[in-house]
Amino acid sequence: MNLIFTLAFRNLFHDRVRLIATVIGIVFSIVLVTVQLGVFLSFERMVTTMIDHAPADFWIVPSETRSFEESSLLSGRQRLQALSVDGVSSVTPLVVGYASWRKPNGGASTPVLVVGAPANAAGLQPWNVVEGAVDDLSTPDGVAIDRSYFEQLGIAQIRQRAEINNQKARVMAVTSGIRSFTTTPHVFASLDHARSYLGVPPNRANYYVVRVAPNANATVVRNQLAGALSDAEVLTPDEFRHRTRIFWLFDTGAGAALLGSAILGIIVGTIIVAQTLYSSTKDHLKEFATLRAIGSARKYILKVILTQALISAVVGFSIAVSIDLSLVKMTRDAALPILMTPELSAGLFTLTIVMCAIAAVAAIRVVTRIDPVLVFAQ
Amino acid sequence: MTQTMIEANEIRMALGEGAGRVEALKGINLSLAGGELTLLMGPSGSGKTTLLSVLGCMLSPTSGSVNIRGRAVTGLDAEALAQVRRENIGFVFQSYHLFPTLTAAENVRLSLDVRGHRCLDARAKAKEALATVGLGHKAGAFPRALSGGEQQRVAVARAIVGNPSLLLADEPTAALDSENGQAVMTVLAELAKDPSRAMFIVTHDPRIVPFADRILRIEDGRIVDDQRSGANVRTLRPLKYAS
Repeated sequence: MNLIFTLAFRNLFHDRVRLIATVIGIVFSIVLVTVQLGVFLSFERMVTTMIDHAPADFWIVPSETRSFEESSLLSGRQRLQALSVDGVSSVTPLVVGYASWRKPNGGASTPVLVVGAPANAAGLQPWNVVEGAVDDLSTPDGVAIDRSYFEQLGIAQIRQRAEINNQKARVMAVTSGIRSFTTTPHVFASLDHARSYLGVPPNRANYYVVRVAPNANATVVRNQLAGALSDAEVLTPDEFRHRTRIFWLFDTGAGAALLGSAILGIIVGTIIVAQTLYSSTKDHLKEFATLRAIGSARKYILKVILTQALISAVVGFSIAVSIDLSLVKMTRDAALPILMTPELSAGLFTLTIVMCAIAAVAAIRVVTRIDPVLVFAQ
Repeated sequence: MTQTMIEANEIRMALGEGAGRVEALKGINLSLAGGELTLLMGPSGSGKTTLLSVLGCMLSPTSGSVNIRGRAVTGLDAEALAQVRRENIGFVFQSYHLFPTLTAAENVRLSLDVRGHRCLDARAKAKEALATVGLGHKAGAFPRALSGGEQQRVAVARAIVGNPSLLLADEPTAALDSENGQAVMTVLAELAKDPSRAMFIVTHDPRIVPFADRILRIEDGRIVDDQRSGANVRTLRPLKYAS
């Protein structure tokens, strides 16, 4: 075995209390960062889930729309203007708005986000339907909700009745995994039902989902749409996603808070590791002075300290990842699950290595100034 | 004909600053030849350790020059001095300075490792060096399992494994009892016979005088006495160690 590794490894494991303190610092830091970034990623994905599932080439949105959930109304005339543009295949209205859900057995009302689209392929339909069918939304008062919200909405089974804004609703389809990033459940309805629940006039909508004809030039169509429409914007799905993310993640401060906590975790972890590595190095100062006295280059000593830091990083990261995976499993069905992607794992590993390397700087500063004459002191 | 391994000319060394400035060495001239065991003796504060540090390329003198095997080493930066040490000098310290987490063999191998020798050959050389000091059978022992004398012999093995032309020892027997002191000195005296190596020992310990070929006395930063034994005293029984 490489002697640098042997020395670094044994120096670390020789003082187990200090090693445990180091590893706890790393684990604490990485778990905190994972939770914050995992929630951030999850949040980032969930805020655009409706946009992701709408079959749109372009979105026509009211001017100054900041997110999918918050918008004013477009007029029916704007839809006709859009339909008159060459190359436009379809312009499907979409209605979105908050409403009050009254449970079948009474009790307090709970807010819901109603999403209404016509029952055809171009609209935003519920997905992952596990009971009932999308077509059942056309039945009188038919709505679809996610199974995970049964308890919150007071529903025990399909076909149960409730009220939305004092109008009848009946659960005719059940989905799985369509979760809101807030505590407000989504309720899918047909366009007409949604307009009725939300008090939206018959010819108006919050959004128009535009499909471009297969042989049309999308850029040209977009420019013509933008020119034809006043008081509305034409966005690509990516632009609408970006705008929605910016609003929820940064304009509301939610994302900044998550990132802030992650940065805090990194700082705290770095300080803990730096402190323990520094004190370990101070304790082994005579050994490092001996290395210097017998002629070792500074580079050699730096390798020993960096190897100690890297071993700490690998041990700490391994434990942290085990905890992280448990947390991911535990929050899988939560409103805001912790998301762990391969990219995040790789990033966290790199972060751990970098954090420990930075933490080693203080220790390295000590040994680079070491005077080999120290070996003569008693 | 013996070869001069190290030569120091007009070495002056000032330590401290301002009112606390002390001239620790005041014009030392010295050369050490291969195959000789030289002792440096003197009272505390006379400049022994400072001279050892200068000859060992750990301190650069305020003025004067040091040549090791004909190469001037004065004025080199810290990294260059470290390179001179690893290529030319072996050290034995009073407190051994073994790494407690490494075995005896690993401690010895460390001296080769810092030189970049990391092949299997390094393991063999480390075992050979341990055998030279009579500890071949303790290669796998950690320092805590060794007596003081054995630890010092491991330190000697570490010092010689790189085959340095200069072996410097700082009070190598001070922490040892008579028996262990004698064992260590016997090993050092044997190693000092090698004409390709000069040995320089700083000591307070009068018991090791009989092992010396040459004895220097230092007082107040100056060498005041330089005696060579007429006979080869290393062949004499070291009476002072006798119980």
